[in-house]
Amino acid sequence: MVPLSWYLIFSAALFSIGLFGVLTRRNAIAILLGVELMLNAVNINLVAFWRYGDVTSMAGQVFAVIVFAVAAAEVAVGLALVISVYRRRNTVIADELDMMKW
Amino acid sequence: MTTELLIWLIPLPPVLAFFLIVLFTNKSKALSHTVGVGAVFLSFLAAMVVFVRALGVEHLGEHPFESAVNWLPTGNTWLKIGVLVDPLGAAVLFFVAITILMIFLYSVGYHNFGQPKGDHDHAGLPPHGATVTDEHGHKHTVPSVEPMYSRFFAFLGLFAFGMYVLVISDNLLTMFAGWEIMGLCSYLLIGFWYGKPSARNAAIKAFMTTRIGDVFMLLGIAFLYSVTGTLSFREIFNETTLNTLASVPTGVLGLSAAGLIAVLLFIGTIGKSAQWPLHVWLPDAMEGPTPVSAMIHAATMVSAGVYAVIRMFPLLTAGYDGHGLTPEMTFVAFIGTFTAIFAATIALAQNDIKRVLAYSTISQLGFMIAALGIGAYVAAAFHLITHAFFKALLFLGSGSVIHGMEHGVLHTGNHNVDPQDMYNMGGLRKKMPITFWTFLIGGFALSGFPLVTAGFWSKDEILADAWYHNHYLVFGTLALAAFLTAFYTMRQITLTFLGEPRTEEAKHAHETPWTMTTPLVVLSFFAITYGWVGIPEKFPLIGGLLPNWFHDFVGHTLAEVPKAPEFSWIPLLTSIVVALGGLAAGYFVYRNVKSPEEDKLQIPVLKNKWYFDELYDFLFVKPAAWISEVFVSKWMDQGLIDGILHAFGPGTGGIGSAIRNYFDVPIINRLIGDGSADATWWVGKNLRPIQTGRIQQYLILSLFVLLVVGGLLYFLLLA
Repeated sequence: MVPLSWYLIFSAALFSIGLFGVLTRRNAIAILLGVELMLNAVNINLVAFWRYGDVTSMAGQVFAVIVFAVAAAEVAVGLALVISVYRRRNTVIADELDMMKW
Repeated sequence: MTTELLIWLIPLPPVLAFFLIVLFTNKSKALSHTVGVGAVFLSFLAAMVVFVRALGVEHLGEHPFESAVNWLPTGNTWLKIGVLVDPLGAAVLFFVAITILMIFLYSVGYHNFGQPKGDHDHAGLPPHGATVTDEHGHKHTVPSVEPMYSRFFAFLGLFAFGMYVLVISDNLLTMFAGWEIMGLCSYLLIGFWYGKPSARNAAIKAFMTTRIGDVFMLLGIAFLYSVTGTLSFREIFNETTLNTLASVPTGVLGLSAAGLIAVLLFIGTIGKSAQWPLHVWLPDAMEGPTPVSAMIHAATMVSAGVYAVIRMFPLLTAGYDGHGLTPEMTFVAFIGTFTAIFAATIALAQNDIKRVLAYSTISQLGFMIAALGIGAYVAAAFHLITHAFFKALLFLGSGSVIHGMEHGVLHTGNHNVDPQDMYNMGGLRKKMPITFWTFLIGGFALSGFPLVTAGFWSKDEILADAWYHNHYLVFGTLALAAFLTAFYTMRQITLTFLGEPRTEEAKHAHETPWTMTTPLVVLSFFAITYGWVGIPEKFPLIGGLLPNWFHDFVGHTLAEVPKAPEFSWIPLLTSIVVALGGLAAGYFVYRNVKSPEEDKLQIPVLKNKWYFDELYDFLFVKPAAWISEVFVSKWMDQGLIDGILHAFGPGTGGIGSAIRNYFDVPIINRLIGDGSADATWWVGKNLRPIQTGRIQQYLILSLFVLLVVGGLLYFLLLA
């Protein structure tokens, strides 16, 4: 059986790639993709800990399912926002979207 | 009515008169003097009834009239006050009642009752006279009525009240109260004509000087109360108390408690009876109206001083065995003897008719005090009473003379003539016969004219006592003083009444109205006859014809009746010689003296009263004025106190502006107030660049912060 650490290393690597994408990509859609990668890294963690922990309880799987739902909702809202921004500003480059500064 | 109740009532009418006059009768002069004279007449009647009843009591000394009530609670006991009339009290009551009544009656005439209002009289100044027009259209100047007539009778009433209270008191406290009431009244009446600066000053001087004595007296009373726990005469003067007091040493000048108390009380008398060295106020007291002078000099105030010492006699002589005087008695004897001769020398050179009498009073009081000092109790009391009669007579007589002279002054209109200066008089014998004869009787009594006058018997008794007890120095000095007394009295009579008038005013002098002459006649009666009650039993020829009632009566006041001195020719001849010699010398020296320049005795040192006023001015008045005006007012008050107070303003102002300039403005306002705003603004300004609005930079920053905080937590908590 594959040891738990392998899953955790893989998950950390995936999370770091997602984080790197979020911090460095200029395209807003790519940032959303980075966020999806980080959420999936979390899901791998949850499932791995469930499988190597107390198998009788369903907590890990249930959390993972909730994360899916949240991620789906987030992407739906996020893409809607990006499309809306694109229509107004004609760009999806994050650096150019500085409306939060007054 | 019981005698005791009657005694309680004696002082009441005058004080009621005082209030009635002050509150209600000021409008009516007639009503005022009716109330005043009526009140003292009631007191007079009551006093006479008490006196007559006292005569009828066997052994009055052992069973006096007394009555006391509880007054102030003092813990378990009571401070009692009450009345006491023993033989001494009865004898004093007799002369006080008569002289006061006479003085009141006299005042009516003296203040020109019935005369018109003055043309330009003011309250506070003596009346100046009024102009009237008779039926022929001629204008005359006549005496005008005193502007403050009612006020005078009110004060005089209070004065009489004080004396009655003093005489009938059975304890030192109420006696002191009466004593102080008289002090107040003497102040009010000496300064009666307060418009005159001299009268104002004299009033203050009298008040201050007697107050010095009174403070010591109060100390004595307080000391006595703290030692014995009572102030009642009867309780203090029993044998056990006196022996205790006499045997307790106080450590002050080697005096026993009795001696120290006696000396302290005696200092009160020195003030009140104007003995040296507190004699200075009495001559100045002549500024008051003449009835007041008579009141002070005969009936009330100065007699009260001597009366107090006579009352305190058992205390004074506690521990005295008849041989060798105790220290306190020596002190008293010295003061009295010295005063007698000292004042007599001053009287020689005075030209004011009343001032001569004033110094004469001081001198005669010295005789009484000296007599007490050598233990001659009865002689002192005797002289006190005879002196009161003839000195009241002399003062009222001098007032009558002045009144007559003022009449002359009004007639001629020359107000530069002093109506009191004897060198402006002369020849008044014919103009004022009643005044002359009564004044002559008074003067002879004062001089001790042998056999017929009261003054002779009382003065002779003092001399006899001094001789009998071997106090030769006292005897010699008093004899010399007696000679001087006769001399200046005759000088006064000669200058005033005999010879020819020296001024136009004296020629127009007038006899005074009946209200003034009646008291003179009544008092001259006593000035002669009162001496007859005290003729020594062993006196040649006439001794024993009348029993020596006075000695028996008053002597019984003491627990042990003092022995009358054995008869001796030496004091008798001495007193006859000094009296007649002094009178003759006075007549022959002054028979032809016309003006002060011819008077050989106008020696500056005597004329200026041995410079005692100047001395006191230098010793006490000037330093006191300096201390108050320069030291206290200028240095202490204006310099130190005001300086401190004035320093508070600039001081606190300085502190305030320092706080403002160096703390409030820079620290509170600039640093904290403005500084906080500045700092916030600065921080905000400098934090602005990191607010880029770029989400990825925020994320990097928060990641960085997370790492830092996590690292710190890791190292701080786990490491």
